[in-house]
Amino acid sequence: MSASVAKITQPVEALALGRNGARVSPIGSRAFLLEATGEFDLASQRRIWALSRAVELWSETLEIVPGMTNLLVVLKMTPEDPELLALRLLDAWEQAESIDLAGRTIEITVTYGGEHATDLAALCDRSGLSDREVVRIHYEGTYRVFALGSAPGFGYLHGLDPRIYMPRKTVPSLNMARGCVTIGGMQTGVAVLTGPNGWNSIGFAELQMFDPMSATPAVMAPGDTVRFVPASIEL
Amino acid sequence: MIEIIQTGPFNTVQDLGRTGFRNIGVTTSGAMDPLALKAGNSLLGNETGAAVVEVQTYPFKLRFAKQTAFAVTGADCGASLDGRMVQPWCALPIEAGQVLELGQPRVGTRAYICIAGGIDVASVMGSRSTSLRGAFGGSEGRFLSTGDVLKLGEVSTALNFPATGLAVIDPAFALTDFYPANEDGALVVRAIPAGEHALFGADAERFWMQTWKISTQSDRTGYRLMGEPIKPTTPVEMRSHGVVSGVVQVPPSGEPIIQMADANTAGGYPKIAGVIEADLWRLGQARIGSRLRFVRATHAQAAAVEKAVATFIDDVRSTSRMVCDALQAMK
Repeated sequence: MSASVAKITQPVEALALGRNGARVSPIGSRAFLLEATGEFDLASQRRIWALSRAVELWSETLEIVPGMTNLLVVLKMTPEDPELLALRLLDAWEQAESIDLAGRTIEITVTYGGEHATDLAALCDRSGLSDREVVRIHYEGTYRVFALGSAPGFGYLHGLDPRIYMPRKTVPSLNMARGCVTIGGMQTGVAVLTGPNGWNSIGFAELQMFDPMSATPAVMAPGDTVRFVPASIEL
Repeated sequence: MIEIIQTGPFNTVQDLGRTGFRNIGVTTSGAMDPLALKAGNSLLGNETGAAVVEVQTYPFKLRFAKQTAFAVTGADCGASLDGRMVQPWCALPIEAGQVLELGQPRVGTRAYICIAGGIDVASVMGSRSTSLRGAFGGSEGRFLSTGDVLKLGEVSTALNFPATGLAVIDPAFALTDFYPANEDGALVVRAIPAGEHALFGADAERFWMQTWKISTQSDRTGYRLMGEPIKPTTPVEMRSHGVVSGVVQVPPSGEPIIQMADANTAGGYPKIAGVIEADLWRLGQARIGSRLRFVRATHAQAAAVEKAVATFIDDVRSTSRMVCDALQAMK
């Protein structure tokens, strides 16, 4: 066996560096994910927003993708030394001071229940709450857009009441409609595309969240506040 | 202009993708075999990332409305021009009215029709790639259909290709020193352990040891793999985070999914590994039903392959221009 082949077959320890409430791990050769390991809360997200601003300015950064208390950094080229990069990210995390984004307030009119609320019954079973209570808890909440992702203009909303947390489905719905108001784990959001979807639908909202021809294609932005306004409740 | 005379479904206009919008949920898209696209464009003297036609269902037939030059790269699909065989990876001059036809590929799955000047569909959010999920970009955000007419970009300084063509060596051979050979017919794909690798305990080793089959539920969005399921030792509900193509996620079924060019920009399934950037094009050419195996790689190894690929593309560009200029001078 030649030396180079031996090198490839040698087990490589997974790089996962952790320090001061954050850990960094690679996704492929050019992307690195920093995850805040603390609470799933606004305080963590504010530091992620601050970190995003700092890392965006690095010369080797191609793209930054803030997620839910995490940040994916995509580099222009594969770094020779991933550990160095991971340490720089952790340093930047430590220096990241909390910032708040002054967002807009967006009100979304929702039809709760009805034909699109395919998972409302399952949510009632899991939570032990009535459908009326689940719906009320959902529209009484005030939510913040933590990040956009998954599909064009889709906003991940934080602020869901733990009583109506609901894990993503093991088998996704094959053809969930655009506009379905959904719960995925500790998060909520409005489906922006019709298609396969692993989140749980409890209602429907008529709105256009994305326009590729616009100078600002996405309606929501991180930091925005979202409220759901019940137009009707069909139970 | 070119006119599509015959096409199956799933054929699209692609470039190197829509970079910079993952943070608002916009899929990168772009060629599944970016190396074939870059090599074809460099050979023709185009911008490296010019838009091309990605063909993944056959037969495919188009007519050139004006004199220009083209090359078919990627899958070897027995292309012919007015019924005469055309070499793959070969730039050829073409007269107005000539018809190019692509048949079932003998090797690989996706062919790239690269044309001097590139395909000039409107650029949406900085790219001409078709975003099928978002239904924008490319040709009206959809698959190409018979009768579609596509404009070609301006050619600033046309290269004069010899009538017999100017071919580049298929990168699968040219870069053979930098890519592992197949093992027992299985494609060897290099990957780096990802965030939840350790969570799979003993199953992590089974991920690397076994041969996976690419299922029929595989397309530009992702490849579903079939094999002995692997499961995390404890269930995990992840916070959604950004992902890139090449990420190997493990849904509750235990059969991994490799996200590809049209993948979601975010995900929440535990990820066991990530394919290195320089190996993604080989996955883009892998067939449904074929088998693959993952081997661990380091960042240093990945960076070395990336450099070799970049050098190859630069060589194609400079050599093509040099040869064409020399031939022109001899006329």
